[in-house]
Amino acid sequence: MITYIVKRVVMIIPILLGISVVIFFVANSMPGDVIDIMVNPTVGKTQMELRRAELGLDQPIYVRYWQWLSRAVRGDLGYSLVSREPVNKLIGLRIPNTVRLMGVGLLLSLLFSIPAGVISAVKKYSLIDYAFTIGAFAGISVPTFFFGLSLIYIFSVRLGWLPTGGMRSFRNQGSEVWDAIRHLILPSLTLGMFYMAQFTRYVRSTLIEVLRQPYVDTARAKGVAEWKVILRHAGRNAMIPVITLLGLRLPFVFGGAVLVETVFAWPGMGRLLVSSVYERDSGTLVGITLMLGLLVVLSNLLVDLIYVVVDPRIRYAD
Amino acid sequence: MKENGFFVDAFRRFRRHKLAMIGGIFLLILSIVAIFAPQIAPYDPNKMDVLNMEASPSAEHLLGTDVIGRDVLSRIIFASRISLFVGLITALVSTVLGTTLGAVAGYFGGIVDSIIMRLADIFLSFPMLPIAIVIVAVLGPGTSNVVLIAALLSWPGLARIVRGQYLTLREQDFSQAARAIGVSPMRIAFRHLLPNAMAPVIVWATLNVAQVIILEAALSFLGLGVQIPTATWGNMLTSAQSIRIIEEFPWIWIPPGIMILLTVLSINLLGDGMRDALDPSLKR
Repeated sequence: MITYIVKRVVMIIPILLGISVVIFFVANSMPGDVIDIMVNPTVGKTQMELRRAELGLDQPIYVRYWQWLSRAVRGDLGYSLVSREPVNKLIGLRIPNTVRLMGVGLLLSLLFSIPAGVISAVKKYSLIDYAFTIGAFAGISVPTFFFGLSLIYIFSVRLGWLPTGGMRSFRNQGSEVWDAIRHLILPSLTLGMFYMAQFTRYVRSTLIEVLRQPYVDTARAKGVAEWKVILRHAGRNAMIPVITLLGLRLPFVFGGAVLVETVFAWPGMGRLLVSSVYERDSGTLVGITLMLGLLVVLSNLLVDLIYVVVDPRIRYAD
Repeated sequence: MKENGFFVDAFRRFRRHKLAMIGGIFLLILSIVAIFAPQIAPYDPNKMDVLNMEASPSAEHLLGTDVIGRDVLSRIIFASRISLFVGLITALVSTVLGTTLGAVAGYFGGIVDSIIMRLADIFLSFPMLPIAIVIVAVLGPGTSNVVLIAALLSWPGLARIVRGQYLTLREQDFSQAARAIGVSPMRIAFRHLLPNAMAPVIVWATLNVAQVIILEAALSFLGLGVQIPTATWGNMLTSAQSIRIIEEFPWIWIPPGIMILLTVLSINLLGDGMRDALDPSLKR
């Protein structure tokens, strides 16, 4: 068991290294570079070459990769060539914001989809099941950004209940926490909506599958109360695939966060990614993509480890 | 399994197919509109009416005009061409790519299978949008790059499905018989087995069109997809990143958003109906 975990963790290193090579070379083949933006083109070609040399941009790409990597392993991701701040700092400031958005979004989607999926499965082909099914279809068909804009229009512009964007108010008289919550409601709902739809369908189909198992009949025959059969006996096993899906979806939620952060002016990693593309800021782009790679690798690892904990049938050979 | 009354089952079949039908009819109408866009649209989609900027809907401009005075309805009509074109072309490319790679992996197995499927696994574990954004950073935005990126990122899902089909198909009697009489492996893989694997491919290709349309819309919304002045539903929403537009000119951004929603919903319903019709084993 311990050997398995260690093995699994060590395996991450070559994968991350591979990802970093791809990302670095891809990002550095971006057309044009930061000099085109930073330096006034009227200063002439030699001036621009000088600036390039100053920033080390005239070195061959493998030299730059090696320099970048040897610093990256020490946690130094270099400087953003646009804002001249350390990429570490830029990303570090934004990670908590994105994590907050993704966490609350996922929490909302679970709070909705688990009960909805269970009801759908238990009362399958009933009116309420159809309602959830059609709702889920609509949910996976609405573009995230359009849903977000519509929520802003209804709840912020027309009704004036909630802020239109950002994370906190400039002049806030009330409590800090309440202000933060008010700013979180619409973005997290927008982000969670797609997963509400997807998880509801998934919980429904796994639970239907599990409820067909003989051990469920056994439990019923023994006279266990129906709600106990559903929640305790069947529910536990139905949760295993749901946890897997949830874990593997984590990086995908980040994809949604890119749009949600743009719509709601949320100062997170997604918006930083988009602006780094606008500004041809390869340093920041590489940093964020590396974080995304890390997220993919870690969530895969997490799923594997949770598997071992929740499902005693799985035993990995050491 | 729970026993259902006849009418409940009948209602279910009815509902499914009826929704798929509605989706199909909507898409048919949309295709006609797209093909005959120059005849149907009341204005040139790029013509600026400087006297009528940000005009609200009226008899003259049914859906009003945008920030630089272009007719919103005409732009929506012309945008349907781009969205459908990008969706269909990309789905075609990724379907050919996914089917071929999946078939090769499933039929030949071994090292080829390992390489293709590991590659597919890597692609599948990354979210599409951020990766698409990174690729746009390198290739630059534009319609053909959106097609290229979307096709590149969506084949692995299909490859996995086709591979699974081939693993069982290649062991079946008819394919063993074909091998026994000396038919070439390529011919068995693509002429004998492929028709038997087509049902899930068709369903996947249909649903993929919806996915691609959403990806195109998202990229164009961010300003990284199809570039102005070419109108797409996605880039028509770009101006709604400003709260002034959201608040005062809802006709500029709500109609294109609804078009994306209806189109994607129709394709999803159609695909679901086709899944039921073509491949009962895939029924959820």
